[in-house]
Amino acid sequence: MENILEVRNLRVWDLNSDKVLIANNSFDLRRSSCLAIVGESGSGKSITCRSIMRLNGSSLRQSGEILFKGENLTTLSEKKMRRKRGRKLCMILQNGMSAFDPSCVIGVHLKETLAEHFDCDWKKNEIEEKMKLAMESVMLKNPIEIMNKYPHQLSGGMLQRIMIALAIVLEPDIIIADEPTTALDTVSQFEVVEQFIQLRKKMGCSMIFISHDLGVVRKIADEVLVMKDGEIVERGPTEAIFLKPEHKYTKYLVSTRLALSENFKKLMRGETIVAES
Amino acid sequence: MGRYIINRVFISIPLLLIISLLTFVLINLSPLDPAEVVLQAQGVPKITDELIAQTKEELGMDQPFILRYFDWLVASLQLDFGDSYVTGKPVWSLIGPAFLNTFKLTFVSSVVIIVMSILLGVICALKEGKIVDKSVRGVSFFLTAMPSYWLASIMIWYVSVKFDLLPTSGMDSYKSYILPVIVITISYAGIYFRNVRTSMISNLNEDYVLYGRACGLPEKKITVHILRNSLQVAISIFGMAIPIILGSTVVIENIFAWPGLGSLSVKAILSRDFPIIQAYVLILAAVFVLFNTVSDIVNAAMNPKIRNDL
Repeated sequence: MENILEVRNLRVWDLNSDKVLIANNSFDLRRSSCLAIVGESGSGKSITCRSIMRLNGSSLRQSGEILFKGENLTTLSEKKMRRKRGRKLCMILQNGMSAFDPSCVIGVHLKETLAEHFDCDWKKNEIEEKMKLAMESVMLKNPIEIMNKYPHQLSGGMLQRIMIALAIVLEPDIIIADEPTTALDTVSQFEVVEQFIQLRKKMGCSMIFISHDLGVVRKIADEVLVMKDGEIVERGPTEAIFLKPEHKYTKYLVSTRLALSENFKKLMRGETIVAES
Repeated sequence: MGRYIINRVFISIPLLLIISLLTFVLINLSPLDPAEVVLQAQGVPKITDELIAQTKEELGMDQPFILRYFDWLVASLQLDFGDSYVTGKPVWSLIGPAFLNTFKLTFVSSVVIIVMSILLGVICALKEGKIVDKSVRGVSFFLTAMPSYWLASIMIWYVSVKFDLLPTSGMDSYKSYILPVIVITISYAGIYFRNVRTSMISNLNEDYVLYGRACGLPEKKITVHILRNSLQVAISIFGMAIPIILGSTVVIENIFAWPGLGSLSVKAILSRDFPIIQAYVLILAAVFVLFNTVSDIVNAAMNPKIRNDL
């Protein structure tokens, strides 16, 4: 399988403190596969993702190459990079509650984003219709009503699914999900993970899935990267990582997994009950 | 939203009543006998107890406190603040035009201050840590630290006397506004633009900005979202700033000989002209309450969360 994204010698450092946050990391994302990045908070998972999108804060600098379908993203102009964001590389954030402008109804963000990417080649009604269908497909009933609500009137899980629905309409090549289940309660977590699995099945897009919940990772990922202190300490196919962890840190993570994701596993066994409610 | 406005206006009524009562009590606690003040002001040569008692009766001072308060309150609501002790003219005929003059100056200054604060705040926030940001903050700090009366005198000396570009004082044409407005703007804009800047910067680090960018929205649209959220803080501050400026133009008005509330109230205080002082305090308090209410309503219109808070 060919690689859709190749990250070469990615290095990120803080300009103010000269602290190196990501040290010379290289990894590949294969077409239509899901790569999970696991590790504790502060290990550089989110910064890696934001570096791919080139969305790190102004005090962070990055070097190295990021090849998307052979094109180096790091040398693109800001304008060309902006066109790639959303349309080609789509991000789903951890906290749905703060991901939307609190003073606007949800529909404003959706319409602005869609108008930005589709205005030239699609008619307005068609996009709206597609958005509605996408929202229904992620189990959001009454899409029109939801679009007219403010973020604080919706639940974290609903907002997360709205982000997924937006990704469905944008049809990106790569979806980057930055801890999409961390801020949710176990029931919503289950629903959101289900939607991610559906999303991969339906669209066949590639995905980078950041999480520290190994139960979720095992269910969704094809390959796993383990990060610690800005370095990749282990990588390999998911099952191999879980069955035969080699690095000390990975062993530690896997051994604590059972305790961590006990609730999640319980829910997975009782799938039907949740789906009905 | 309509319900919020009605509720908010309704709440301010008891507030105004309390303020009016406090004003009345405080003025009446003054050790001076108003009747004596009136007689002194009229230049009566020999003040006898009999005369004082007679004047008290004329002014209605012999009635119980509560009755006098209600009479005053009802009259004040009709803009009848009584007659000045000193000149004998109705208070409203003195305070009305003065209030209008001060309001004109405050209005022009506030517009300039708000425009400058938002402009500088946005520029500094977008260029945070860069030379533009640092120099604007440095210069504004320097200017804000200068006492306004000193700045006003310097300006009059250079601009009006030495180069004869603008009038030194008075209120004759639009030119008379320029110097006072500049002085007021310099002393306030430096404080308020920092509020806009800080709130912009804290919004810049919000997740919705990251998500907007990750969705490929252009910077221009994202800035509009940030502004919308950061202005909510600024609006409450501006809502309070306008009455503060209105009440604190005393110094500026005296230097530029502006025929406004500031000069009138100082004169009234010095000659113990109680009806004018009472009316002045009451009007300013009412303006405070009014602007507070208005800024709350504007904020509620911008921020859906607040609407349910009342």
